[in-house]
Amino acid sequence: MSTITLDTVRKVYAGDVEAVKGVSIDIADGEFIVLVGPSGCGKSTLLRMIAGLEDITTGEISIGDRVVNKVDPADRDIAMVFQNYALYPHMSVYNNLAYGLKNRNMDKAEIDRRVKEAARILEIGDYLDRKPRALSGGQRQRVAMGRAIVREPAAFLFDEPLSNLDAKLRVQMRVEIKRLQKGLGTTSVYVTHDQLEAMTLADRLVVLNGGNIEQIGAPIDVYDKPASTFVASFIGSPAMNLLKVKGDENGLSLVSGKGLSGANAFGKSAYTLGIRPEHMSVVEAPKGDGNSGVDLEIKVNVLEPVGAESYIYGEFAESGEEIVVRVESHSTYEPGQTLFLRAEPKDVHFFDAETGARIES
Amino acid sequence: MKKVQFQSRLIPYLLLLPQLGIVGVFFLWPAAEAVRSSFYLEDPFGFGSTFVGFDNFIDTVTSTDYGRVARFTGVFTFFVTALSLGIALLLAVKADKVLRGASSYKTLLMWVYAVAPPVAGLIGILLFDQHVGPIVDLVAMFGWEMQVGVSYSDTAIAMVVAAVWKQVPVNFIFFLSGLQGISKSVQEAASIDCRSGFRRFWTVTFPLLAPTGFFLLIINITYAFFDTFGIIDVILKTEPGNNPVTLVYKVYLDGFRGNDLGGSSAQSVILMALVFILTIIQFRLIERRVHYT
Repeated sequence: MSTITLDTVRKVYAGDVEAVKGVSIDIADGEFIVLVGPSGCGKSTLLRMIAGLEDITTGEISIGDRVVNKVDPADRDIAMVFQNYALYPHMSVYNNLAYGLKNRNMDKAEIDRRVKEAARILEIGDYLDRKPRALSGGQRQRVAMGRAIVREPAAFLFDEPLSNLDAKLRVQMRVEIKRLQKGLGTTSVYVTHDQLEAMTLADRLVVLNGGNIEQIGAPIDVYDKPASTFVASFIGSPAMNLLKVKGDENGLSLVSGKGLSGANAFGKSAYTLGIRPEHMSVVEAPKGDGNSGVDLEIKVNVLEPVGAESYIYGEFAESGEEIVVRVESHSTYEPGQTLFLRAEPKDVHFFDAETGARIES
Repeated sequence: MKKVQFQSRLIPYLLLLPQLGIVGVFFLWPAAEAVRSSFYLEDPFGFGSTFVGFDNFIDTVTSTDYGRVARFTGVFTFFVTALSLGIALLLAVKADKVLRGASSYKTLLMWVYAVAPPVAGLIGILLFDQHVGPIVDLVAMFGWEMQVGVSYSDTAIAMVVAAVWKQVPVNFIFFLSGLQGISKSVQEAASIDCRSGFRRFWTVTFPLLAPTGFFLLIINITYAFFDTFGIIDVILKTEPGNNPVTLVYKVYLDGFRGNDLGGSSAQSVILMALVFILTIIQFRLIERRVHYT
């Protein structure tokens, strides 16, 4: 177990493509860090640089007290779980688990003990003699995990390990990975593009965009206070509604309608207003009582019942800006119907319209 | 693949006819003729033939000359197969590592594939020429007076070198595509699990290449046995004298030089049986060829 430190790490590929643009993260001992972002944001490159599978262009990566920039992947004391499992197809499950230990000249009895122990934890004891091709996707995933566990490394690296599994299995394995990581207390770095996986697994989230860190923080803090419109629209499902707001000497006003009041405290001419679908309620009539909450008037386009709740997909009559609102399960709204919505001040986020950065109110 | 429904049941057979015709005329008929004449003692001038039963086979198998040629063919096949597989594997591993995607280098390694066997033999002759051959000059610096066409072993070495040179590109192509078929993440997982590249090759890469290797082994044995005729013929300039020949070349020598059509036919029937066995092994292997997912 150990800490991992990334100090202004950059990755430039041939042809001046900068995949990672100076990223610094301090990962504490035993912490579960999730790197999340859309494809091409540099999250996998970053993980592969920690693993030693990619060279580091500039900057420094340390595992424990040791700078590992020039250290061979096999000597970094890390174990990696790959997206497509990357099991050795010609070896039995037992040998898949034992391979990394044999190459480190570990004592046979100790190898056997560790393999059996990992097999017990992961409930793959019955398959130890099988070849990977005789296993289901979920079983292969467990073997891949087992291969990491037996090494008892300083850190686990996960590269989208669940994206090849079906939805049900994915939820199950997600819970298992979290339980396992907490049980072993091994420092982990986990890459995913799935914000739900990121939210549920992480001790701390690192949201990446275009090779830069957009935000680092505990999942709930990232959800409560997204640092930018990018984070706001990436974390949370359905995504946060982002509405255009004009500001002048008279105060603030929504481009779509008049339901916003309050002084233009930040002195800018344009803002982006963010409200999550789950933070609006349908009201009989606009309150218009002058406090800084938001009143909206929308036209219903589609009602989407998902069971436990329903979502209204609507738009503003004035501008055509679209909006998603969560309403109670079994609600009945007709397309074309006009609705009044209300969001409380504490649930309203302001962002700079140009930079997208959060403005604290 | 798209399935086509034929209106008439005859059309498929009609479409097969040209291929069957070629197989019939150029393979089945001569093969049957060879089997027939292997049981006869033919008059060299074609005036008559006498049925002699298995005499031709008995004569062939018991002759010391045949045993000598068979032994040489075995040794020749072993060296050609082992060397062309080994060199091709080495080249493929290096090309895969250093030049992922650099096609010009690969083309350079593959072009020999397009050289016809007699031309390969000719180039071999040139390389091993007594007066201007660079290889002869090279080994002369180490005190080896190479005499291709005169010394039995020197000729054999020239044959092996030319045959290997001709076959390496074929193996290279197969090994390279085999290597590129190995999942990149499996190799990366191995690089985390095993520090030594040498050990990694023998424990992960090589076993995953084994299906390709088995397949090539059969192909190469067949090649060394049969397809080296052109190379050998050019190197020997159709005057074998005391120089080594392979079984296939002996069929030609005995039949067309020695005018022993019956004996030559018996030899070719034996070779046919050999091809038959190799083909069965090959089909078995392809059937059982492991497909890793």
